[in-house]
Amino acid sequence: MNLNDIQRVAEEENEFQRAYKYRINVCCSSGCVPFGAFKVLKAFEDAVKEFGVENICKVARTGCVGTCSVGPAVLVDPGEYLYQSVTPENVREIVQSHIVSGVPVKKYLYVNESYFRKQQRLVLRNAGKIDPTRIQDYISTGGYFALAKCLLIMTPQGVIQEIVSSGLRGRGGAGFPVGQKWSLVARASNTPKYIVANLDEGDPGVFANRTLAEADPHAIIEGMIIAGYAIGAQKGYVYIRSEYPLAIEALQKAIAQAKEINLLGDNILGTQHKFDLELRFGAGAFVAGEETAILMSVEGRRAQPRPRPPYPANQGLWNNPTLIQNVESLANAPFIILNGGTWFKSFGLPNCTGTKCFSLTGEINNPGLIEVPMGITLREIIYDIGGGIPNGKKFKAVLVGGPSGGCLPESVLEAQIDYDSLKSVGAIMGSGGIVVLNEDSCMVDTARYFTDFCIEESCGKCTPCRAGLARVKEIFDKITTGEGELNNIDILEEASEYIINASLCGLGQTAPNPILTTLRYFREEYLEHIVNKKCKAGVCFRHENGGGK
Amino acid sequence: MTEISVVSLKIDGVQVSVPEGTTILKAAKDNGILIPTLCDLEGLTPYGGCRLCLVEVTGSPKLFTACTTQVNPGMEVTTNSVRLKNYRKMAVQLLMSERVHMCAVCVANDHCELQALANQLGVDHVSFERHFTRETIDSSHDFLVIDRNRCILCTRCIRVCDKIEGVHTLDLKQRSKDTEVIMDLDESWGDSCSCTGCRKCAKVCPVGAIYIEGESATQTKHRDVAEFITERRKRK
Amino acid sequence: MSITPTSNNSGSKVRVATVWLSGCSGCHMSFLDQDERIVDLAKKIQVVYGPLVDAKDFPENIAVTLIEGSVANVEQLELLKEIRGKTHVLISLGDCAVTGNVTALRNSWENSDQVVLERAYKSPENLQATVPNMVPKLLIKTKPLHEIVKIDFYIPGCPPSADLINYVLTELLAGKTPNMEGKAKYG
Repeated sequence: MNLNDIQRVAEEENEFQRAYKYRINVCCSSGCVPFGAFKVLKAFEDAVKEFGVENICKVARTGCVGTCSVGPAVLVDPGEYLYQSVTPENVREIVQSHIVSGVPVKKYLYVNESYFRKQQRLVLRNAGKIDPTRIQDYISTGGYFALAKCLLIMTPQGVIQEIVSSGLRGRGGAGFPVGQKWSLVARASNTPKYIVANLDEGDPGVFANRTLAEADPHAIIEGMIIAGYAIGAQKGYVYIRSEYPLAIEALQKAIAQAKEINLLGDNILGTQHKFDLELRFGAGAFVAGEETAILMSVEGRRAQPRPRPPYPANQGLWNNPTLIQNVESLANAPFIILNGGTWFKSFGLPNCTGTKCFSLTGEINNPGLIEVPMGITLREIIYDIGGGIPNGKKFKAVLVGGPSGGCLPESVLEAQIDYDSLKSVGAIMGSGGIVVLNEDSCMVDTARYFTDFCIEESCGKCTPCRAGLARVKEIFDKITTGEGELNNIDILEEASEYIINASLCGLGQTAPNPILTTLRYFREEYLEHIVNKKCKAGVCFRHENGGGK
Repeated sequence: MTEISVVSLKIDGVQVSVPEGTTILKAAKDNGILIPTLCDLEGLTPYGGCRLCLVEVTGSPKLFTACTTQVNPGMEVTTNSVRLKNYRKMAVQLLMSERVHMCAVCVANDHCELQALANQLGVDHVSFERHFTRETIDSSHDFLVIDRNRCILCTRCIRVCDKIEGVHTLDLKQRSKDTEVIMDLDESWGDSCSCTGCRKCAKVCPVGAIYIEGESATQTKHRDVAEFITERRKRK
Repeated sequence: MSITPTSNNSGSKVRVATVWLSGCSGCHMSFLDQDERIVDLAKKIQVVYGPLVDAKDFPENIAVTLIEGSVANVEQLELLKEIRGKTHVLISLGDCAVTGNVTALRNSWENSDQVVLERAYKSPENLQATVPNMVPKLLIKTKPLHEIVKIDFYIPGCPPSADLINYVLTELLAGKTPNMEGKAKYG
């Protein structure tokens, strides 16, 4: 396959799709499947046949639209009519009215327009619109054209330059400039070089990477081949959690399809470039998503981080230069190459370009998967996109950045989404989790809960994280069962500072964030627990002794 | 012979020159500056787990483990600031509170690196509540015993078994505070078909977790065994 | 932290108490192991309470109290709190007081208070026996002193060294703060 073939596939596919007046996209990703998405898909296929409209209406299995709370979601084009909570029973009605008579069924339509208005879908541009099981669908939207552009027109240095100029920063959480990372690996002298795509999304309530892989696996693959060309790597691994069966299936299919038409393998697009891709499955440890632990796991060893330096860019997999990149960062590469770094800079902030996917969950009206431009404020995300707090309850805090993120109060909701401003208020970008808490949440208990998570997930290698967090949790147990003393707060702060500065990897270095931010913004709640032995939210002190285990 | 380039750096204000590729720990030691360690042992692959050897490097907000970080030209290293001293005390306290570390009834009393460090650093009490674990004690082997209640998870035993003896009988299972040193696929030591009974694990154990039945720690402990064998192998 | 002689039936001598909680009395032996230095010490201090002193109640206004042993039962718990209230400088003496040591090994068992009594009094070779009821109620866990009250100085060791005991007392009597760095030794 060469460039002409790709263009031909795209044209054929577009023509094929144009033959249909309507296209019904049924979301079949992890959010909607439990609600019966496959049954809905089947019902649509049957219904279009029943009404004899299969020639004008294409029913497609797609990935996530983003409205995960009202699944199964069905998107009908043209016009992007989004139906929510579709059941096999009301499928006939929708087909009859919308497809046969051309009248959308209002009562089933998703009404929260604001949910999409402030979003900016770049990475998720294809999510919910293309069939992830068909490579033609991806190619028809311009897929693999960026790869062709790289291989046929650009030099590896040129590719890196384009990524550098885009200002793209790593979406895995730390925000290291992607272009700089690529050039570091490109400059390393040892060969062979490797790429590891990080899809080990272990945070509770975070599902952005999973959704991306389920909805648009080829975007990840294309990003990896481009990166491979840029840094001179011929082998890549996608490290994915085994808890993501649909994403694994989607990626496996996509890799097989790409191999079939020679987009993976030797002589890609008729050039000298070689690239092979393999999946590696995680066994469920959160810490395996840490960049050095992931290397250990890919090598088949216990997923324990190791100190840096040496950095993976010089000594990674089997001590060879390795590029480790979150899948979201990689999926940004194709359209940066196609449209140019300058174009990409028009999104987001000057020093923090592009968009970021977030899993919006918790006590919020419109939970789901969102993609927003950098620079949007937390208030806009919670109130404009998320639609505020349900059941007339009051907002209390928002946890940004997963279990080791920060608990932020109302007063800092004007904080912008970008690496530095989040850091300045005590949170992190992390894996892109936003959990909203209402007045029924106790902040002491929240900090205890997330500390607990980090203890469970600590690999046990370094003293601060393994032993330090465990001692911190005992102090929380005391405070939440009425045995707290005033000096507990000092010990919490002292131990947190130690754990942050002395821990080996990112897990330990960020684990005390929920503690420090709750102490910073909700100190009065700690005092209330310690001095008055009271929990305003009514969460703590429920057990007579030894509670909060 | 290839020429070895020399790197100049400052450790605690003292100008020192060491061969390229030397770790900060070794560079300091060779110049008379001792940085406390527990998991590190010469002859074994550096691990970076105990966090006792953390040092400050001017210009970086991060701390670096001296045992794993190689020297760079012009580096300025501080090994004993007030902060580092406090952090070391904290690490020792955490280790002592984590499992049952009661020196008076331990086989390694007076031959224990954790005990020595606590004494040296002035950790005269542990401000955290101590934990009295009931980890398993395996005495099924003919003469080797492991008391996991005394283990500080430094993995010296695992590394000496893998790298020096070359059998890799020992490894870790579980994670977090439940991490445990196991034999083969978590079998009892007596049933291990790979253990050669070489005793090196007991020799290098910094505490009294692995010991030899009926033998005093004075006889058993021989912590430079890894370095000795590594050096001998180079002579081949 | 320094101490001054107090006048309370003891002339110009500093009032000192020694206490024996859950321990083996080895720390007191170490105290006596100061040997001839005790003679000098005796010129400056008066031991007004301790295993060798015939005093039922813990007296008021004590300058220095050295406590050996951990807190294992409710009686000791109350006594320790009382001592803290009546003492200027409280010293945790020996490993049992500082770490719990042997007396705390029972803590590994859940409900260790019951387990330890049954093991001691109702072991298989002595089936008829019952747990005596005059034993003060045991705490579920044996605790080192500083987990209950504030401690001013720690002299770990099993036994603690007589030299170190002497050093700490001499420094305190000289109105100085003992520097413990590198001196204390567990075990």
